[in-house]
Amino acid sequence: MQELITRAKELLENGTVARVLGWKIGDLPYNPEPAFFETAESLDKFVYNGFCGANLSKYMIEASKLEGKTLVCLKPCDTYSFNQLLTEHRVDRDKAYIIGVGCKGKLDVEKIKKTGIKGIVSISGAEADSACDTLEIDTLYGKKSCAYGDAMLERCHVCKGKEHKIYDELIGESRDTADKERFAEVEMIEAMSPEEKFAFFQKELSKCIRCNACRNVCPACSCRKCVFDSNKFDSAQKANVDSFEEKMFHIIRAFHVAGRCTDCGECSRVCPQGIPLHLFNRKFIKDIDELYGDYTAGAEAGSLAPLTDFKMDDAEPSIVNERG
Amino acid sequence: MSVNNEFKPKIVAFCCNWCSYAGADLAGSSRLAYPADVKIIRVPCSCRVNPMFILRAFEKGADGVIICGCHPGDCHYSTGNYYARRRMTLLFSMLDYIGVEKGRARVEWVSAAEGVKFADTMNSFVSKIKDLGENVRLGDIRCKN
Repeated sequence: MQELITRAKELLENGTVARVLGWKIGDLPYNPEPAFFETAESLDKFVYNGFCGANLSKYMIEASKLEGKTLVCLKPCDTYSFNQLLTEHRVDRDKAYIIGVGCKGKLDVEKIKKTGIKGIVSISGAEADSACDTLEIDTLYGKKSCAYGDAMLERCHVCKGKEHKIYDELIGESRDTADKERFAEVEMIEAMSPEEKFAFFQKELSKCIRCNACRNVCPACSCRKCVFDSNKFDSAQKANVDSFEEKMFHIIRAFHVAGRCTDCGECSRVCPQGIPLHLFNRKFIKDIDELYGDYTAGAEAGSLAPLTDFKMDDAEPSIVNERG
Repeated sequence: MSVNNEFKPKIVAFCCNWCSYAGADLAGSSRLAYPADVKIIRVPCSCRVNPMFILRAFEKGADGVIICGCHPGDCHYSTGNYYARRRMTLLFSMLDYIGVEKGRARVEWVSAAEGVKFADTMNSFVSKIKDLGENVRLGDIRCKN
């Protein structure tokens, strides 16, 4: 992390970049937040550790409109999102100085809390430089520990790989974290009966409070005017226009990002209700891979998304009835 | 007085202006019978059918939705139905994934000369929906329970 800060200060001072986009120490040990740093002094608050799960590529849309270059720290999976935004002409490559930061798997405090650890005061082992396998957690009720793997975000268990797809320089080491089958959950649901499937999704989606966090964090949801924005009030952007949107929100949203979703897993990470929203996106990815050939959104800037393309001999929609 | 309790499905058919709508016209002028449960909505092209239209139709109480367009290769706008085909395939797969019965939504390619096919398609679709019964699931996937 120190290397990252030193390099960021250097680039700020020699004028290569006008600001740094990174993570700032939060008010709790496990909630660093995305932040812009414009001076070398402010970088004292810069932090990069296991809790920096936030994908910063979406902030580059706004940063691309600002004067001067922005130094942005991107993890390997974030570079896919950045590439996708480049493909869609939403970010300006010339306005970004990308430092590819190493990633050893990002942590989910909810998973730590689920193991029964409460009253967290401090956590050690989450630093980006250390290669710890266990987290030592200081709580109000004494010292506790938790395996790093058990506290990892779902998306890190199905990591796409630690290769940065786009960068200007690389800092820090990565560690391979993939230990689960990416489509295992989707296949499990596919194998259910229609009644079970419906019961499962109804149970999950009924938790939704329409906070729109999934939409706001999603790098693929970058439309200036979203279909879910109310056209009656500018201020009430969260207000649902009608009951239809309320009910079908997640299905529509998943469809809108189908073929463009890089499976960065931000939607599931930010959901305050813990809805596994990635299951929708991953289903589309699986279908696209199976029906139209393997495609990874954001692996390559400028690639044609499957839904903006076709082949003469594509499968007919009735294939859905024939598949398992 | 006898009460007719037979299930009358509500069926929405999106028909493209250039082929299927003309096909429906031909079915009519050829005096071919198909159920009155089918409500036709004319669209410029099958590609005009936003997946949201289908979801909205279901939410508003439709029991089945069918999209008819020109045969692949015959689109009035050259390629519209190819895009529609990919979209609908993915959408139907998603509907299946969330537990909606297979067959509630369908895509058929009907040309302007295929009045018979139009009537046959509608007859078979209506009987399929009658077998499936009323659409309750897509009415509200999010009902609090």
